[in-house]
Amino acid sequence: MDFVQMRGITKIFGKVVANDRVDFSVKKGEIHSLLGENGAGKTTLMRMLYGMSVPDEGSIILNGSPVTLKSPSSAIEQGISMVHQHFMLADPMTVTENIVLGYEPRKGPFFDRKKAEQQVAELSARYGLQIDPKATVGDLSVGNKQRVEILKALYRKCDLLILDEPTAVLTPLEVKDLFAVLRSLKEDGKTIIIITHKLKEILEISDRVTILRAGKLITTKNTAETDAAELARLMVGRQVQFEVQGAKPVAADAPVLLEVKDAELRRRGMQLLSGLSLQVHAGEIFGICGVEGNGQTEIIEAITGIGQLSAGQVLLNGQPVHKPTPTKMADRGLAHIPEDRGLRGLVADFSIRDNSILGYQRSRRFSRRGVLDKKAIEMHTRQIVSDYRVKVGSIDDTAASLSGGNQQKVVIGRALSQDPDVIIAAQPTRGVDIGAIEYIHQKLIEMKNAGKAILLISAELDEVLGLSDQVGVLYRGRIVATGAPADFDEQTLGLLMTGYHKDTEKEERPCLETLHSAFAKS
Amino acid sequence: MALTETLQFAGTMFSGAMRIAIPICFGALGSTICERAGIVNIGIEGMMLAGSFGGVVGALVTGSPWIGLLFAMVAGMLFSLLHGVLTIHYGTGHIISGLGVNLLASGVTTVLLVAIWQNRGKSEMVGTLPTIELTFLKKIPFIGQAFGSFSPLFLLLLAAVALLWVFLYKTTFGLRARIVGESPQTADAAGISVPKMQYICVLLCGLLCGLGGAYLSIGDIGMFSRDMVAGRGYIAMAVTIFGAWNPIGALGGGLLFGLAQSLQFRLQQSGIPVQLIQMLPYVITILVLLLVRRKGGGPAAAGKTFDREKH
Repeated sequence: MDFVQMRGITKIFGKVVANDRVDFSVKKGEIHSLLGENGAGKTTLMRMLYGMSVPDEGSIILNGSPVTLKSPSSAIEQGISMVHQHFMLADPMTVTENIVLGYEPRKGPFFDRKKAEQQVAELSARYGLQIDPKATVGDLSVGNKQRVEILKALYRKCDLLILDEPTAVLTPLEVKDLFAVLRSLKEDGKTIIIITHKLKEILEISDRVTILRAGKLITTKNTAETDAAELARLMVGRQVQFEVQGAKPVAADAPVLLEVKDAELRRRGMQLLSGLSLQVHAGEIFGICGVEGNGQTEIIEAITGIGQLSAGQVLLNGQPVHKPTPTKMADRGLAHIPEDRGLRGLVADFSIRDNSILGYQRSRRFSRRGVLDKKAIEMHTRQIVSDYRVKVGSIDDTAASLSGGNQQKVVIGRALSQDPDVIIAAQPTRGVDIGAIEYIHQKLIEMKNAGKAILLISAELDEVLGLSDQVGVLYRGRIVATGAPADFDEQTLGLLMTGYHKDTEKEERPCLETLHSAFAKS
Repeated sequence: MALTETLQFAGTMFSGAMRIAIPICFGALGSTICERAGIVNIGIEGMMLAGSFGGVVGALVTGSPWIGLLFAMVAGMLFSLLHGVLTIHYGTGHIISGLGVNLLASGVTTVLLVAIWQNRGKSEMVGTLPTIELTFLKKIPFIGQAFGSFSPLFLLLLAAVALLWVFLYKTTFGLRARIVGESPQTADAAGISVPKMQYICVLLCGLLCGLGGAYLSIGDIGMFSRDMVAGRGYIAMAVTIFGAWNPIGALGGGLLFGLAQSLQFRLQQSGIPVQLIQMLPYVITILVLLLVRRKGGGPAAAGKTFDREKH
């Protein structure tokens, strides 16, 4: 018998039909993936199962009997827990306080802290989720915060655990740990639903997979009977091109458009960049591989003028730039796709129209004597929306109303529509679904073919290797190796990224623990 | 004996500081509990004013200032309920709603002043709460002047500080309230009713403000005069920040401000232009706020309307 059955679920937000008569069922003790692009309605469906919102139509049947889940507490009573994509944790409080919240052990009216800490310690030992019950949550790494969330669910004695995009924020090593935990939970008899859009992970961990597209149920499949290509096709609704095509080779006499010479950066006693040098030619994509936290952010900030270098130079079109600022760099033909679109890419509460000129508002195209030219801006925005196939209701909607992929398209469209010579593409596809990834890759290749120099920084190794003409391996603030992607196999690359380098073997040879901690820190 | 005189002087100063601090501390305690649960309350001023007025009316009607105290608490809570309904239920901006409460309290008390006493400026005199006299202390230098006689509301204040501290940090209810102010989504996802917690804290705030206001009228001069809170509610908000949203901090902050004020009164006879000296407490408040920069800066979700369906 099915453990959970959701029948004919419909949910409408304003004019948007988030779920359209969706049927979804989960068997006891299975790991079930819910697959779909951003905005397909996965999270909405699961929020209803967790009582955070109420379906407009349809019914939820648990263990054979219909239930009404009006609030999270009624879901928790039924043994359902959810780990949200944005963690539901109070940072200044301790691990224990966060875990027992709502179900605190007490002595009279008082909170029995000792007992709570003891219970948390027992729970974490039992499931192999090591954590200090007294630690402050704000000090924990993302992976550990997730552990707190899972422990919270277990503390509430959940039978069904829903995880919303659990791997989006984790390093590869942390993902491995998470999957080990999930497998042990499954052995313990728990039922698990994972919301995701990562195909590899589905194939690795889940027993069955349900695909949603545009709020509608497409199908449910046994994972063993499907493959990545089929899942991608079902999710996007058409054939997906995994390989990048149509890239032109770099011309032999292509000039260097972007150069960084001996970049040094020290901050608060930390050597963040130590003698980093790189060159990007016209028509070339130069990709940077590296574990996060090895200087990626700092070099991006230095090139785009957001930050300054302690020593060294940035040259654009062969000309050194004196004291770079973002405006100066933009004026000289540099475009920037920031690594964190929420932080540096968009103003969430501004309209798409306003966001589409952000940073270029002083440009003569968009303003005269300080007064914005409404018509020109509107045309520009509409151009981006149509060129980049951004799905919008109105260009006056806020940027926050767009899905992650569509937000990224606005950011990329804005940067590339300025006809730059040099493009800094940092994490261009982070948090973006497959259809949009394919499209963004294609646009980057178009730009490259048009003779732009592109510096690509990405945590996705496949992306760097697939797109780049040249890759540089970044370790502790400098490029330790460069070459064509074909020159490196995955193992060599992995070793280089964690500091095992032929030339540096004598001076520094990190042991396995530092290698692990390098992963954990990032 | 110069030493005895100095001690006596310090004792008198302290006693003065205490009197000034009582209403401000009550306001700051109210603001602390309110902001801890995520509701910014600049309506402290208005709720205190309602308390002052309610106290006088209660004392007049029943003839007992003690029952006046009850009236004051109810009056403060009524206005805090208004702030609660506007911010929690209707999602009004907290600043707007608080301002509204202040203006309304000022207007309503003035209208009622005219209606009851046909006077736009002040009420008639009513009985005040008796002061507590500890005659056996009076002979001891410093202690005698500082603690020889004080308002019963001072004892109530100390009790409120202790209770509120235990409530916030030792009970499950306090833990939940703090999490609501820090991350209402987290509380909600843990099955805690965010509106319920916020209403309770806002009402508690109104009660405390009412007591603070009552001190000004029936605890001190025995009458109500128009807008008699005179900015103490705003000082209380500064004290909340200075006290790092902690009841004990609120007490300390209030006393510090009281000392500055008390010092100011003394210095007025010193020949320095009075206008400069009158600035002293406020300058000290600003300086202390500048110097004592707290990490974190208060409850993260204070002032934000919580709506479960928005994510």
